[in-house]
Amino acid sequence: MNLLHFISAFFSDGSHWQGYDGIPTRVGEHVQYTLEALAIAAAIALPVGLVTGHYGRGGNALALIATAGRALPTFGLLVLMTLLLGFGLVNVMTPLVVLAVPPILVTTYEGMRSVDPSPVDAARGMGMSEAGILFQVELPAALPLILSGLRSGAIQIVSTATIAAYVSLGGLGRYIVDGLYQRNYEKVVGGATLVALMALATLALFWAVSRVAVSPGVRRSN
Amino acid sequence: MNWDRMFDIPSDLQHSWIGLVGLHLREALLPVLAGLVISLPLAQLCVRFRWLYPPVLWVTTVLYAIPSLAFFVLLIDYTGQTELTVMIPLTVYSLVVLVPAIVDAVRSVPQETLAAATAMGFGPVRRYVQVQLPIAVPAIIAGLRVATVSSISLVSIGALIGNQGALGNLINDANIYNRPELAVNAVLSMAALAMLADGLLVAVRMLLTPWMPRRARTTPKAGRPDSAAAALEDAAR
Repeated sequence: MNLLHFISAFFSDGSHWQGYDGIPTRVGEHVQYTLEALAIAAAIALPVGLVTGHYGRGGNALALIATAGRALPTFGLLVLMTLLLGFGLVNVMTPLVVLAVPPILVTTYEGMRSVDPSPVDAARGMGMSEAGILFQVELPAALPLILSGLRSGAIQIVSTATIAAYVSLGGLGRYIVDGLYQRNYEKVVGGATLVALMALATLALFWAVSRVAVSPGVRRSN
Repeated sequence: MNWDRMFDIPSDLQHSWIGLVGLHLREALLPVLAGLVISLPLAQLCVRFRWLYPPVLWVTTVLYAIPSLAFFVLLIDYTGQTELTVMIPLTVYSLVVLVPAIVDAVRSVPQETLAAATAMGFGPVRRYVQVQLPIAVPAIIAGLRVATVSSISLVSIGALIGNQGALGNLINDANIYNRPELAVNAVLSMAALAMLADGLLVAVRMLLTPWMPRRARTTPKAGRPDSAAAALEDAAR
């Protein structure tokens, strides 16, 4: 019995493809958690990162937030929130958002700071408004880094949403946590494979988005 | 919450609080050390053979995307529910952070500096050890900081594969015995360990690079993209 054997046994079992514990349901839940948490995190971090990056202020404070965010253990935060506030989606969403905010914030800030200042000066000289400079000059040039920050945040959420199964949430982590308790290694390996595939799919998705969204001129200069 | 019992560690963990901290540090720091030992020659290979770097970068990005819990359980089949199962993925993650950091740092050593070293009669090995490596120290330490801090936090997930999480096991016990104070203890202890390790690494950098300005705040100079910090952030999870 090796790993591939377990994987093929899990995926070829018809009962794993339907019902509330079926693969489509669990994948759907996982995608839902990821999108929700990423949307909230981006809604918080992107505006702050763009504005602080544009004015070049607050870099040290952001670095501090990033270190603190990394130092807080994900798993502990999840369990603590659930123990203190009870079972619920909001209590699980909060640590996920807290986790994804620092990478998005810091890369957005750094991306905006690393924009070549001469086109920005030229735009200002041509009489563009500050908002125009931010959205039409700096944002397109900083987009590769901003996207890498979003990707990093998304992958963190995908990984951490797995751990959320421990506090009785759905998603792909269900297979791993349940499988370990049931001593059903086939299920564990199947779940782990699905999670890994989903993380890789996220990677591929962001690569595709950056191919489409980043202007060719910016891409070439990188 | 019963604050008096915050350090009353349940006996099933078979460790005192200090014991758990020691265990946690071993499980978190040995992989970072192993990652450093492997990444130095690997980075040097990538610097020597330029064509090697893009595929290495690609592989490391993919490996890094794999969630830790998935990585742990896939290894159980080979290494069992042991400390090694936790330490192997953490080594890989450290490697992934360190290799690009070291390669970029060694590459950024100015050509004139290398030429000067060669002209002074430095051989390739001595040039590497005495010129390139010291100049790369700030970047290596920056990578080590990210790797160490995330490693300390990730060890706790080992609790999910059967009591291999050191302080993370405390979180598990907090859940099964409904004692939130244990989770508070674990979260604060891990955060404190991470901050402490981070501070120590900053101190080491100051010792190793006496030529750097004391107040080394990474304020990027205008026009010079400081993408290193962003790249490291991208690698952190």
